[in-house]
Amino acid sequence: MNYLLHVVVLVGLYTCLAASLDLLVGQTGILSLAHAAFYGFGAYTSAILSVRLGVPFVYGVVAGMAVAALLSFVVSLPSLRVHDDYFVLATFAFQMISFNILNNWTALTRGPLGIAGIPVPVIFGWSIRSRFGFVALTALFAVFACVVVARITAGPFGRVLRAIREDEVFAQALGKNTLRFKVVAFAVSAALAASAGSLYAHYITYIDPKSFTVMESILVISMVIIGGAGSRWGPPIGAAVLVTLPEALRFIGLPDPVAANLRQIFYGTLLIIMMMFRPRGLAGRYAFKE
Amino acid sequence: MEILRCENLRKTFNGSQALTGLSLELPTSGITAIIGPNGAGKTTLLNILTGFIQPDDGRCFFGCREITRLPPHRIVRLGVGRTFQDLRLTLQVSVLENVLVACPNQRGERLLPALLRVGVAADDVRNQAEAIRLLRFVGLEQKGEELAGELSYGQQKLLTLVCCLATGAQILLLDEPVAGIHPEMAARLLDLLRELRDTGKLVVFVEHDIASVRQVADSVIVMDQGNVIAQGPPSEILDRPEIIEAYLA
Repeated sequence: MNYLLHVVVLVGLYTCLAASLDLLVGQTGILSLAHAAFYGFGAYTSAILSVRLGVPFVYGVVAGMAVAALLSFVVSLPSLRVHDDYFVLATFAFQMISFNILNNWTALTRGPLGIAGIPVPVIFGWSIRSRFGFVALTALFAVFACVVVARITAGPFGRVLRAIREDEVFAQALGKNTLRFKVVAFAVSAALAASAGSLYAHYITYIDPKSFTVMESILVISMVIIGGAGSRWGPPIGAAVLVTLPEALRFIGLPDPVAANLRQIFYGTLLIIMMMFRPRGLAGRYAFKE
Repeated sequence: MEILRCENLRKTFNGSQALTGLSLELPTSGITAIIGPNGAGKTTLLNILTGFIQPDDGRCFFGCREITRLPPHRIVRLGVGRTFQDLRLTLQVSVLENVLVACPNQRGERLLPALLRVGVAADDVRNQAEAIRLLRFVGLEQKGEELAGELSYGQQKLLTLVCCLATGAQILLLDEPVAGIHPEMAARLLDLLRELRDTGKLVVFVEHDIASVRQVADSVIVMDQGNVIAQGPPSEILDRPEIIEAYLA
């Protein structure tokens, strides 16, 4: 039972990540390879604040979101002015630099040793220790991320993002400062990813840089594409599929290293199948960069 | 209305001179047609006037204000709207949504009001009414819920005009608005341009079809090799031998 609840928590965390990335990929049409970096900054900010300074979980989450949003400007302000391809490269570079910072700034992050002993979340005096408690908390975070994205995209802000997605020149010709919209969308996306990172840190109670590599970014992108970019249900569906189906490999009885490699093959095969037969994803409005 | 003018504009693309020291002052009202052979620099001029490309040299002014280095969205906010030669729309969303995007100063375009929905509904009601009014003006009010991509090419051209109007622009710079559309639709579009002129807007359009220019233009600017070679009323300009020689022949 504990294992099943753990899988549900992971689905919730990845829903949060996929929904936040969908704001960029699905709604705005810009691809970021730095999502795991913001996820990591959220996790590390919250972990460092709670372990070293005893800052409560809620403040740690808010601080993580703020740090991620601020760091997002480092990438977005210079690189979103230029062509989308350069932005992808810039986010890739940011992801690699971020990983190296987490891995080498040992005085702050303890490098490859990671940070252990992260306290479980305490919210209004309620200490969350049970799996059911984490399921509820993760669901709350996932719903929060989905609601934020839905609210932004349902109104005029979202209309401009969709115009940018299809034709940025069109949006500019209508008097929209497209750079501002892209920068804000990127910051919101980064902040929501960081909130998932904070929750992850307090759930697992140990983090190290290996959890926040570019492979994690690619996994979240796969979730958005397979679930369906630009749709309300796409991110949770993508998260559920890519978390639960590979978990099934555990029950075949393969050794762990083989199962891990098979998982990568599974992601790749699923992506190719989706691109060929259902480019809009399982519940998507748009094909990825149609 | 403020005067839109430019001084000594120069622009070179890969060694080829698109504009060669062009100076121009657009009229403050009426319909002005910009004509000239392919490569005369007409679209480059529009792109520079609207901030989509920067000139190598020279300056543009809107009234007393220099707009040479302003980004496109700032120029639109000053009241200078434009359409493009190739259709630029959000094809995967509804016709109405295309128009709504263009509405200026929407509270819901800022993050906090968008999240908290503060004043967004009231804005949307007002903007929807305006969008429907503009769609009715061009005869597309029945198409509001259809996807823009499902409209005919001529209807899409009309929709680009509506989007341009929805920005609140007083000066409309239209790049080949009737090119490639059915003659009936073209005639309707030209009628709309006359109606817009009568409401006090300045309409400037780039056009190759001289018959359309003769029908609606109050003044004509002839360009060749990156510069203005003639400017004046169509009756006077279009019958000049050197213009016929350079372009119309």
